[in-house]
Amino acid sequence: GWSGKAFLSTSSCPKVCIVGSGPAGFYTAQHLIKARQDVEVDIYERLPVPFGLVRFGVAPDHPEVKNVINTFTQTAKHPRCSFYGNVNVGKDVTISELQQAYHAVVLSYGAEGNRRMGIPGEDLPGVYSAKDFVGWYNGLPSCRELNPDLSCETAVILGQGNVALDVARILLSPLDILKKTDITQPALEALAESRVQKVLIVGRRGPMQVACTIKELREMVNLPGTRPEMLAADFEGIPEALKDVARPRKRLTELLLKTALEAPGDKELERRKNATKVWGFRFYRSPTEILSEPNLNRMSGIRLAVNRLEGSGDGAQAVLTGEVEDVSCGLVISSIGYRSLPIDPTVPFDPHRAIVPNSLGRVPQAAGLYCSGWLKTGPTGVIATTMNNSFDTARSLLEDMESGTLDVSPARTGSQVVSRLLEERGVKPVTFSDWEKIDSLETKRGDARGKPREKLLTVEEMLTAART
Amino acid sequence: SAGTPPLRSDNKVTVNFINRDGEKITVKASPGDSLLDVVINEDLDFDGFGACEGTLACSTCHLIFDEDVYKKLGPVTDEEMDMLDLAYGLTETSRLGCQICLTKSLDGMVARVPESVADIRQSKDGSA
Ligand SMILES: Cc1cc2nc3c(=O)[nH]c(=O)nc-3n(C[C@H](O)[C@H](O)[C@H](O)COP(=O)(O)OP(=O)(O)OC[C@H]3O[C@@H](n4cnc5c(N)ncnc54)[C@H](O)[C@@H]3O)c2cc1C
Ligand code: FES
Repeated sequence: GWSGKAFLSTSSCPKVCIVGSGPAGFYTAQHLIKARQDVEVDIYERLPVPFGLVRFGVAPDHPEVKNVINTFTQTAKHPRCSFYGNVNVGKDVTISELQQAYHAVVLSYGAEGNRRMGIPGEDLPGVYSAKDFVGWYNGLPSCRELNPDLSCETAVILGQGNVALDVARILLSPLDILKKTDITQPALEALAESRVQKVLIVGRRGPMQVACTIKELREMVNLPGTRPEMLAADFEGIPEALKDVARPRKRLTELLLKTALEAPGDKELERRKNATKVWGFRFYRSPTEILSEPNLNRMSGIRLAVNRLEGSGDGAQAVLTGEVEDVSCGLVISSIGYRSLPIDPTVPFDPHRAIVPNSLGRVPQAAGLYCSGWLKTGPTGVIATTMNNSFDTARSLLEDMESGTLDVSPARTGSQVVSRLLEERGVKPVTFSDWEKIDSLETKRGDARGKPREKLLTVEEMLTAART
Repeated sequence: SAGTPPLRSDNKVTVNFINRDGEKITVKASPGDSLLDVVINEDLDFDGFGACEGTLACSTCHLIFDEDVYKKLGPVTDEEMDMLDLAYGLTETSRLGCQICLTKSLDGMVARVPESVADIRQSKDGSA
């Protein structure tokens, strides 16, 4: 409770500030608080609601993945941890102001930018980034007005990672499944009207290089009401290449081969016969242009360059053959990756790799500055990956405190001075108990519809709920 | 296992964990409990263990066994294998702790919590 926090904050204990409340922020906080009995951690978050991509990225039909929220909630309620939502760091308060108020600042604000394809027609209506599409069905306020046009029959997804498969699954899932998830109501309504029958998932390289994991592939294979449709030619030479690869890649490829080439058994044959929707991977293809009809300001297809592979395994390179192929479709979703953005000119940033340069989470030439999560590693890896790299950052920070590299002896004001700055600037933070009001309103609204939660869709609604 | 009568202590199964620092922790557990249940009930502090709370959605409950114990653990489902394939330091005798049910025949078993990636990297270059 609050009284517990009050007596602690007067002492000159180490004060750490964390920027961003996704898995990286929470796992870094958790490790720090557990490892030392005196450290105090404040988490600043731009949105009024916590948990980052666990709320706004993880697919609505993956509720088990969101169980991590329970542990994050325990951390947030720890007497030595405080949450300040609705604070846009870099704008409402600067990094150097935070550095003055705290002994250490950990940046874990994720990867909120988007990698662009860089091809003509990319901005035509009907072309979306997976980041925006996912944000839309998950209720990210900035994506609320996306209203993607789902009136076509064929959709093309560019990229073959787990995010691409999330998008494919959401486009093809029976509505009865989605209805019971926390997908937003507008997305549910749009998907109910969707005419998408076929989803092609396109990759530059071959079956041995797909970036998705086997769990997500198996979900596609078993998705009710759908059947796979692949090109046998794409799998030439693959069975032979399987011999020397490690188990995870081997099992993944074997499932792909089975899905693409094997004659289905009776039960699966029956299932496929009754399927009304189709999905398939397309390999060795790079997008070169979004095609449009001369008089229509919307897309009508995509031109793909045909590649061949040079080399093998993870390092194989896609090389253009010079051949191209046009695919007609009414929807293109590019899922070629997220990208971290620089937050403040005083913070080192590697524009090429789009990360904050660091060694084991320490930002070089910036004493007291650390990073964790996708900002530290780049935007790949599951929550468990993010967890491990966040624990590592916390370990580095603790080591620096113990070795004296990070001087924690001068008392710091922490949230006291930051709260004053924010008040002067008219920013009213959302506390964790404020979030719990939003949470209970959302779950109540969900109850009424037989969903685990009905998310509030605008920052204004969230703030209103927080302040009632 | 709510509602089941308390078991006599001689009915318990002894489980030895080896944590990331190589320390051995010995606990007594009830048959029928999963190894994740044991970690939670005994409040064992394996940082980040069991993130998805036993729903086969994370691989943070990865444990490594000796060959003879591994053979006694029972069959592995495709779904468990799928998540295991994402685990750090995967071995031929790895399993997910939330999928393993204790039986009397496992009495005295040893379950090793694998090091995380960076632990391995750190111990390699000697910086930690
Ligand atoms: C579409 C999608 C689906 C995924 N599905 C799964 C899955 O099923 N299973 C799984 O294990 N992993 C999944 N992942 C991966 C997982 O989400 C990431 O590993 C993890 O979220 C990365 O954590 P992070 O804290 O670095 O970033 P984030 O989760 O993005 O958190 C960053 C936080 O910082 C905040 N922030 C940004 N800028 C500022 C600022 N200026 N000031 C203050 N706060 C700021 C953001 O609002 C956000 O809350 C998925 C990822 C995506 C994109
Ligand atoms: S606890 Fe997540 S898979 Fe076992």
